Amino acid sequence: MGINLEEQFQQKIDQEIKIEPKDWMPQKYRHTLIRQISQHAHSEVVGMLPEGNWISRAPSLKRKAILLAKIQDEAGHGLYLYSAAETLGISRDEMYEQLHSGKAKYSSIFNYPTLTWADMGAIGWLVDGAAILNQVPLCRTSYGPYARAMIRVCKEESFHQRQGFESLLVLSKGTEDQKRMCQEAINRWWWPCLMMFGPPDDQSPNTIQSMQWKIKRFSNDELRQKFVNMIAEQIKILGMTLPDPDLEWNEETMQYDFGKINWEELKQVIQGNGPCNKERMDARRKAWNDGEWVRDAANAYAAKHSKQL
Amino acid sequence: MTTKEIQNPLINFLLHLGDNALILGHRNSEWCGHGPVLEQDIALTNIALDQIGQARNFYQYAAKLISETSGEKITEDSIAYLRDGWDFKNCLLTELPNGHWGQTVLKQFLIAAYQYYLYQVLEKNSEEQLSAIATKSLKEISYHLRWSSEWVIRLGDGTDDSKQKILDALEIVWPYTNELTNFTDYEIEIIGDTYKNIKDNWIEKVYVVLTEAGLEIPSTVYNHNGGKQGNHTEHLGYILTEMQFLQRAYPNSEW
Amino acid sequence: MKTFIRKFFYGDYGEEKNTASEHNPSRQTINEWPLWEVFIRSKQGLDHKHVGSLHAADATMAMENARDVYTRRNEGISIWIVESKNIHANNPDDADALFDPANDKIYRHPSFYELPDELKHM
Ligand SMILES: [Fe+2]
Ligand SMILES: [Fe+2]
Ligand SMILES: [Fe+2]
Repeated sequence: MGINLEEQFQQKIDQEIKIEPKDWMPQKYRHTLIRQISQHAHSEVVGMLPEGNWISRAPSLKRKAILLAKIQDEAGHGLYLYSAAETLGISRDEMYEQLHSGKAKYSSIFNYPTLTWADMGAIGWLVDGAAILNQVPLCRTSYGPYARAMIRVCKEESFHQRQGFESLLVLSKGTEDQKRMCQEAINRWWWPCLMMFGPPDDQSPNTIQSMQWKIKRFSNDELRQKFVNMIAEQIKILGMTLPDPDLEWNEETMQYDFGKINWEELKQVIQGNGPCNKERMDARRKAWNDGEWVRDAANAYAAKHSKQL
Repeated sequence: MTTKEIQNPLINFLLHLGDNALILGHRNSEWCGHGPVLEQDIALTNIALDQIGQARNFYQYAAKLISETSGEKITEDSIAYLRDGWDFKNCLLTELPNGHWGQTVLKQFLIAAYQYYLYQVLEKNSEEQLSAIATKSLKEISYHLRWSSEWVIRLGDGTDDSKQKILDALEIVWPYTNELTNFTDYEIEIIGDTYKNIKDNWIEKVYVVLTEAGLEIPSTVYNHNGGKQGNHTEHLGYILTEMQFLQRAYPNSEW
Repeated sequence: MKTFIRKFFYGDYGEEKNTASEHNPSRQTINEWPLWEVFIRSKQGLDHKHVGSLHAADATMAMENARDVYTRRNEGISIWIVESKNIHANNPDDADALFDPANDKIYRHPSFYELPDELKHM
């Protein structure tokens, strides 16, 4: 005896025993998880918008179907993650309320505009690629429902990055206009993608506790470096370049060195001043408000009939 | 390209079927990311994906037949992206704007009910490939019909507000429904006199579902027709402008 | 106007005592569609397995949503749905009392019995 609940809890985590919804957990663990999972869910759902822009303009029927299926997957990811957060005692409607009121954050990357078709490829390759690096380790995260949701997400995610790269590959072998489109999209998405991993480690206060709880398994900077190493190699196959004159292989560290990130830009985007913050939030709020009478009608109908299958 | 001069009824019929599926799928896909609830966003996107898949099947078959007779290399994409509005043979109902969720599910229901009976006839057609596409599509359409009828009933029998909204939508779309079962020469050439049954079955199904929803079939005195012959509403032009933009701006490119 | 009521999740139904630490009363906006748990049989011969949850206004809709959300990649051939509030679960605090007593009943396992090698097919 004598060992308290909190120590027991940490022991379980150290032994890689998953925490399940009804198990005892520190209040702060619960709240941190709710924040992290709901933020992730919001990102999936808001993330549908920039790509959704191009469904009606996809250049072939095959690409239209791929894009539609990809964006639909993101809706599914949002749903799985909201469900995981719900097991912690918050409702999906409450999370929506936090999103719509601006209280909850979502990934900064989705506040950038999609200006050409090549952006669909760049998002799949770079944005989904960055997200996957973050998500794969989360399949082993300490909270059971979150880990299970992430396994499902990662399984579906694997086609997203591939379709993006393949679509850029076609452009890179295409006409001069298409090559330009491809390069220009990479130029625009590269830096925002590096910012997507969050502030540098010495400025992210939550990291240590989150690592101990195994709800975060690599630091922002570690993941960012991993991403740079991966993309710097893959881009050679496209015959394109990354917009960073300081990008260089470092023999000593066996990593790529890269240039300075404009943290002020990230701060602005997070504070709501990115190029599309307003459009994204307006679109989400509109969908939610326009849907209210539909949701109410379904409730009213169900109450009248309480139909069995 | 243009398909205006084509006389072959089978090709025209395939184009009509493909155009219906594509334009309706295009409209439904506009909801992706904007649905009233995540689960239903996913559901309607599934339907849109089915429809785009069906369009591709019909177009690929039509492209093969057109290429054989003209010697030109025609693909599913040249059919979808390089024809002008006058070549499109979709029913006007498919191109109407989505409006609110109620109008969208109502349109989807009215068309799915029609496709449900039409495809059962096509399934028995002696053209093997047409029959195979119909068999595959019919499974999808059975689900579309079920899903959309349930929504029409739910909204009709939901709140006072939802009932009013679905009534308004019915007023808007009903004058476009006659065209579905108003069969043209190229259709009758392929399906024979079974078209009469399709019409009867369709109206019966619509009656049953609307009645359960507490709605009445509007007594409209006029109908809009013309889509099947390439005479469209103003809406189609905008759909095509958007859809065909890249193929038009960067011709002869691979995507 | 938002009204919040008690919300159920994963077998939270009908229990007096909540084991979760200072768990703040979970809430649900009153207009939210109920939560359902989804179980899928991935192929003939296998058990249904819990795959996740979703919201739906009624059972018919929940069944269709389950199909649309959880079987987009041929994951299943049969679906069960259960409204989450109808699932009863044991209290994790009772786990020791419930499950530990089975630990020392090793005679329930075939490997407990040592038999001569000559004996076949047993
Ligand atoms: Fe995702
Ligand atoms: Fe993705
Ligand atoms: Fe993600």
